[in-house]
Order: sequence, then structure tokens, then C-alpha cells
Amino acid sequence: MEIICIQFRDQKMRDLLDISPTLTEAAGAIVDDTFTRCFKSNPPEPWNWNVYLFPLWCCGVVVRYLVLFPIRVLVLTIGWIIFLSAFIPVHLLLKGHDKLRIKLEVLIIEPTTLNSMLLAYVNDLNVLKVNLSEYLRVYRCLVELICSFFVASWTGVVKYHGPRPSNRPKQVFVANHTSMIDFIVLEQMTAFAVIMQKHPGWVGLLQSTILESVGCIWFNRSEAKDREIVAKKLRDHVQGADNNPLLIFPEGTCVNNHYTVMFKKGAFELGCTVCPVAIKYNKIFVDAFWNSRKQSFTMHLLQLMTSWAVVCDVWYLEPQTLKPGETAIEFAERVRDIISVRAGLKKVPWDGYLKYSRPSPKHRERKQQSFAEYVLQRLEEK
Amino acid sequence: MGSASSMLTQYDLEEVQQHCHHLFSQQEIVSLYQRFCQLDRNAKGFISADEFLSVPEFAMNPLSQRLLKMVDGLNFKDFVAFLSAFSPKATMQQKVELIFKVYDSDCNGKVSFNDILEVLRDLSGSFMSDEQREKVLSQVFNDAGYTKESYLMLDDFIKVFRSSELKMEVEVPVD
Repeated sequence: MEIICIQFRDQKMRDLLDISPTLTEAAGAIVDDTFTRCFKSNPPEPWNWNVYLFPLWCCGVVVRYLVLFPIRVLVLTIGWIIFLSAFIPVHLLLKGHDKLRIKLEVLIIEPTTLNSMLLAYVNDLNVLKVNLSEYLRVYRCLVELICSFFVASWTGVVKYHGPRPSNRPKQVFVANHTSMIDFIVLEQMTAFAVIMQKHPGWVGLLQSTILESVGCIWFNRSEAKDREIVAKKLRDHVQGADNNPLLIFPEGTCVNNHYTVMFKKGAFELGCTVCPVAIKYNKIFVDAFWNSRKQSFTMHLLQLMTSWAVVCDVWYLEPQTLKPGETAIEFAERVRDIISVRAGLKKVPWDGYLKYSRPSPKHRERKQQSFAEYVLQRLEEK
Repeated sequence: MGSASSMLTQYDLEEVQQHCHHLFSQQEIVSLYQRFCQLDRNAKGFISADEFLSVPEFAMNPLSQRLLKMVDGLNFKDFVAFLSAFSPKATMQQKVELIFKVYDSDCNGKVSFNDILEVLRDLSGSFMSDEQREKVLSQVFNDAGYTKESYLMLDDFIKVFRSSELKMEVEVPVD
């Protein structure tokens, strides 16, 4: 009898002292976790350590670095020359017109101007408007052109499946994100206006000059204020009929093309049709994942330019709309499902921004709450 | 870090294996080494607290701060030794020893009423008041024949955990 009693008491003590589930979870996370896996570069499978294959591989290195690479640099340079020689004049002309237009608008507002003159100006204005949309078309073509040169510079073998995106108001395109080259691959077919993180260096320069002209919007992840500004810009952009279709990478960060992380809900709250785009890279020649922690974008591009080819598939999937009674978060999840299935990616529940910040205490609090409830319940049982 | 595994020689492996009392196979140690290198982002030879916390699943663990004190700055050998308690091959004694160490935060070889109270605080956060925690603990202490002033030794822990098997196993992914 006494032994049973002691055992019973020990059992209670044990229940309280037993922290093994929590410890096991922690150790499990140290040994392996799905979040870190999302951002792990995939080293290529070594195949060249073989007497017969090694010389072949060496030849390949020589060809890639001494033949392919210089040719690609040349191609890219020619591309830039063509692009800039067309872009700069157009850009300057448009800026000149902008000034003129502002002047005209001021004149029209002034009541002292003669009626007849006013009419003439109004006519002028209409001409300008027509010009403006023509300029936009030129910009679109030019950006598509330079992106094609970029794709050619890594011999991009890109297969596009499904209907090409149409230019309609009130629709956004969302895609999974592996590298900044996603943007180039998609941009060469359609001049999307993209939402992107502001980058430093030459990429930043391109963003603020060239990409600005196709209506790209950028922000700083760490700035909370930027979030509202971007949300407003987004809403304005999708309403405009003339604007380029909008492209958003709702993961907010580059993932290694084996997983998808949580989709941010911003793109799904606009009340627009959402067109999912799935991008899957074949890493037979090179891993297209840009590990921004380990290498700069320039190094990433060089890596691509010294590889045999970048092979990838792009699927334009069926447009989706918010179902009645569905929240933006559920909608985002549904679109993520569609993309993950098409591109063969595993879904993980993590927010990609955890790369830059610590998880909110909410998750820990949930665990603490269930523990507390359990203990208090045991106390009452007594 | 594709070649990380090749950096461990057979001697290294054996040394590490000995250090963890052969609780991990050599393959598992190689896997753990790859993981260690991945977490040790700047290749310093140890994993800093900040690097541990960059794993969200670890950072949101209620006991993470307490565990950090134990694992912060460990070199690979000690890292494996720490994890060895979670090996399926580890004995009950080894597992209980680790649990004891988590409670014994000042490492004086005995666990006081307050030590346990602190762990309870980590586990329940703001969802229990200090009074509630004290009430629960003193009740359990009384029932088990201890007072608030008594200290629990490792032997007491082993006695408490003797009644049934501890499920404290982590599988090391081997590819």
C-alpha cells in the first residue's frame, strides 16, 4: 500500500519535473529544422572524380571560362549599348515633355489666358497624352530587350507554359522567388511592374533609373513606414488602365526552389484577380538560388554566366479570385498551394522575414499557455 | 560547404565518438558536423547564441534562454556530447542527468525549490501567476515528502523518473 502511495506521489513530481518534450523539441530544432533548409544552397552533385570523366570536366571548365564567358560578356555589353543608346534619348525627351506639360497645365489654370489659346493648349495636351503612352510602350520594349540579353548571357533555356499574361487592369501576378533572375526571366516576356526590395550598388542604380520607367515600386523591408506607402502605391497602380501588369513575389525573400515559405497577404488584399506564376529551376548545370547572405548579386550573376546554361520552366497558371467568405490569408495559402503543386515545392509554415528578425513572442506564448492550462488543470483534479 | 564531411578524418570521428560514449554512429556524426558548420555561419569553430536563435523553431522554445547558457560557444565535440543525451541509445541515467543540469542552473549539484520555480516560470510565462506556481510546486513537494528548504540531488531525480520510460529521442537525419 505504502509503495503504491509513494509511486503515486512520485508520479506527480515527475509530471511536473518532466521537461523532456520541450527539451526534445529544442534539440530537434538544433539538429535539423525546416526553416534553415529553405535557404540552404544546393551544392552540385560531384560527378567528375573519375579518371575518365575528370579530363572531360577540365575541358568543360576551359570552355566555360575561356570561351563561353567572354562571349557572354560581349553579348551583354552589346545589349547594354543598344539599350542605353535608345533609352537615354527617350528618357531625356520624356523629361523635357514633362516640364512642358507642367508649364501648359499652369497656363490653362490661369484665367487671364485667351480662350483660343487655351483651346490650342488643350489640343497640345491631348497630343502629349498620346505621346506618353507611346513612350511607355517604348520603355516596355526596351526593358524586355535588355532582359532578353541578360537571359542570353547565361544561355537561359526557359520554357514558358500556358497563355502569356495580358495587360488588363485589376490583376496582379504572384510568383515564387528563387533569385533576382526570376524577375529577369519573367520580364523578358512581359514588362511587369515589380515590387522589390531596394538594393544597394549597381542594382539600386538600375532600380531608380530604368526600372522606375516601367512602374516598379521598391521598399525597405526593415522600414515599417515603407509598408503603408507601398500598400497605397499598390492600390493606385492596379487601378490604372495604362500601367504595366503588376508582379509580386509574396514570399518576400529568395528561397532555394525546394520549398515555399509563407506568402505575405499584401498582394491578396487588393481586390484583384491573382494570376499565379510557378517557376522551377533545373539545377542540372547550376543552382539558381541566390543566397544573398553568402554572395553578392554580381557574384551570383558571374556564377550563372560561367555555367553551361540556366534551365527553367515557367508556368502561367489559371487566374484566381477571392472566394466569398475567404480571408486574404486563406486566399494566399490557396494560391501558394497551386504554385507549390505545379513547381513541385514543399510548403513550410515559416515567414521568410525570420531570416532578418526573431520570431514574435506569440509562438512561445502559445506553448506557455498550453503548459499553464495543463498544470492548472492537474491542480484542480486533486 | 559541400566538402564539409571530408574535413573530418577517421581519427576525428573516433575521437568525437569516444567523447559522446559511442551514442552516435560515425555517419550521424558526419551529419551533425555538416549541421554544425551550417549553423556556425562565420566558421568560428563554435555556434554563438545569436546563431542558435536564428533557428526559429529553437528561438520560440520556452526553454531556449536556459538551454543557450548550456550550449553557447560549445565546440563540435561538446556540441555532440550535449546532443548525445537525445540519442536513442542513451541510457535513462544520461537523459535524467541532462534534465537535472537544465534545472541546476548554478551548477552546484543540487536543485532547490527556487530552481524548479524558475523553470516553471520559463514554461508558463505570463499564463500563471507567481502565487499559482508556488502553490503548485509546494503542493507537489509536500506530497513527495520534501519541504521548501530541501534540495533535490541527482539521485532524487533518478528516483522520480524511474517509474516509466523517458521519451527523449531525436533522430539525426543521415543522407
